[in-house]
Amino acid sequence: MSLRYLLTRILTGVGVMWGVVTLVFLLLRVAPGDPARLILGPSATAEQVDAQRHQLGLDRPVVEQYGAWLSRVVRGDLGTSIATGRPVGAMLAEAWPATALLVSLSLLLSYILGILLALVQADASGTKVDTGLSIASVTLYAMPSYWLAVVLVLAFAYWWRVFPAFGAQGLDAEFLSPVGRLGDRLRHLALPLVTLTLIGIGGIARYVRGSLVDLQGSQFLTVARAKGLSRRAVLLRHALPNALIPVLILLGLSLPALFSGAVFVEAIFAWPGVGRLLVSAVQARDYPVVLAATTISAALVVLGSLLADGLVAMADPRLRDAVDA
Amino acid sequence: MRDGRARFGVACLVVLALIAVLAPWISNGDPALQRDVVATRFLPPLTTDVNGMFHLLGTDRLGRDVWTRLAFGARVSLGVGLLGVSLSLLIGVLVGGVAGASRGVVSKGLLAMTDFALALPRVVLLLLLATLWAPGVLLVVVVLGVTGWMPVARLVYGEVRKLMTQPFVESAVAMGASRRRVLGRHVLPNAMTPVIAAAALGVGNAITLEAGLSFLGVGVQPPAPSWGGMIASGRDALINAPWVAIAPGVALVLVVVACTLVGDALQARNDA
Repeated sequence: MSLRYLLTRILTGVGVMWGVVTLVFLLLRVAPGDPARLILGPSATAEQVDAQRHQLGLDRPVVEQYGAWLSRVVRGDLGTSIATGRPVGAMLAEAWPATALLVSLSLLLSYILGILLALVQADASGTKVDTGLSIASVTLYAMPSYWLAVVLVLAFAYWWRVFPAFGAQGLDAEFLSPVGRLGDRLRHLALPLVTLTLIGIGGIARYVRGSLVDLQGSQFLTVARAKGLSRRAVLLRHALPNALIPVLILLGLSLPALFSGAVFVEAIFAWPGVGRLLVSAVQARDYPVVLAATTISAALVVLGSLLADGLVAMADPRLRDAVDA
Repeated sequence: MRDGRARFGVACLVVLALIAVLAPWISNGDPALQRDVVATRFLPPLTTDVNGMFHLLGTDRLGRDVWTRLAFGARVSLGVGLLGVSLSLLIGVLVGGVAGASRGVVSKGLLAMTDFALALPRVVLLLLLATLWAPGVLLVVVVLGVTGWMPVARLVYGEVRKLMTQPFVESAVAMGASRRRVLGRHVLPNAMTPVIAAAALGVGNAITLEAGLSFLGVGVQPPAPSWGGMIASGRDALINAPWVAIAPGVALVLVVVACTLVGDALQARNDA
């Protein structure tokens, strides 16, 4: 990738981020309700509200407020939570590892199993196996995560009591041996991970199968078959690598998911990650937390699309040359 | 449509639409009807309560009929999904069409706006808007529309650019038709096929998101029946009365599968 291309992309990304930060500022201005009153609650006197407004800088001109907001975001100061009074940055930093662990594992499993499923379907193309797996993947893909989570809890936590229904560790975790603690963590991870992975498999299998089907009839596959290669070799050595290029884009685009990709699932399983923090912030109308999460997610979308382009350019020499030219 | 899967999808959607339209006549008539709560709550499916009322899918914690709430909830889900997607189609076709038909600053500006909007994380943005404004059906529709138009705009832009070089468009221009007329009468109608396929997929997505917001309590507000809200309220009674949460979930899965199958079939026919 040429330096000039990279610089243009980075500058565009910075422009997009500036737009997001500005949009968030504007949304906050046009939204009904006074943030100062929201912080103090309904019983505050007018003087208290005025004092709070002054402290928040809400009594200053809008342009000045915008400048202050921009400089705070640039310095990485994400504000203070209304509900807890703690810095939002610290709250998100505490919650993030749990989300990253859950989502990265589920992405890994979804991609591996989804691609495998698509290969099985492509190998059995047109047969009943293909149709059956297609129905299964569409159904999984269509399942809302919050509902699948509820059904899995019913099945595996109440009817067949094998996994805990919520939390990241048991109440007795501190008294367990290191091995016991690991087992406890894994058992708590099981249901949220299975929920996210099943839905992920559905989407990825559909996507990869689609791109494998699109390749059917391409000349390079005909040549490979004419050389006398087996069906499986054609599929694995020739069709799959080409079908995976669009999957790389998908992988880059899943970067933001590592931060906020499990909102519903975390809320249901009380998984102590960013998603659960976000949902409780929404319900408490704790807008500084939601604002910070929006800004970070948007930054990750920008980074993710940059990453996707980079991955594709590395994998596909034709595009690499096109970008360099 | 010859494809059996597509036919299944269309049939599902027709049945669900009929249920939504005919809700008052094929159910108990009032989704919020409560009588003696203690005597009628958590009745299992296929039971008749003390008032002689039959409950096809049982009752919830307030003794309300699950089938009635499901049927009336279909109005909310399908309505919000269709309206949200219609709004995103309107914005997307407008932005994509104008960007495709014009040159220079206008086109570049509209495309940059589309790329910018694509960088906004949809679920998080939905949550943000629901935090700042009072939740309600109208907000959900607007938010779904405003956060869903970008893929449509991209699609329409590509189609319009392709069509603008076609002989029939060039001859319309040569005959002196205004740019607006060329776009509205000749180009856009021909660019709509892939857009309709994308819209079918979008409706499923919008319905899931609406139910998700209602599930979190920031979408359609109770006592109005919505599938997401029903799943949320059924979650607390999962062990005693699993039907309360399972019935709306099955309905959601069906509607999304149906939209996906129809969208896939339309797309395949378009590519062929």
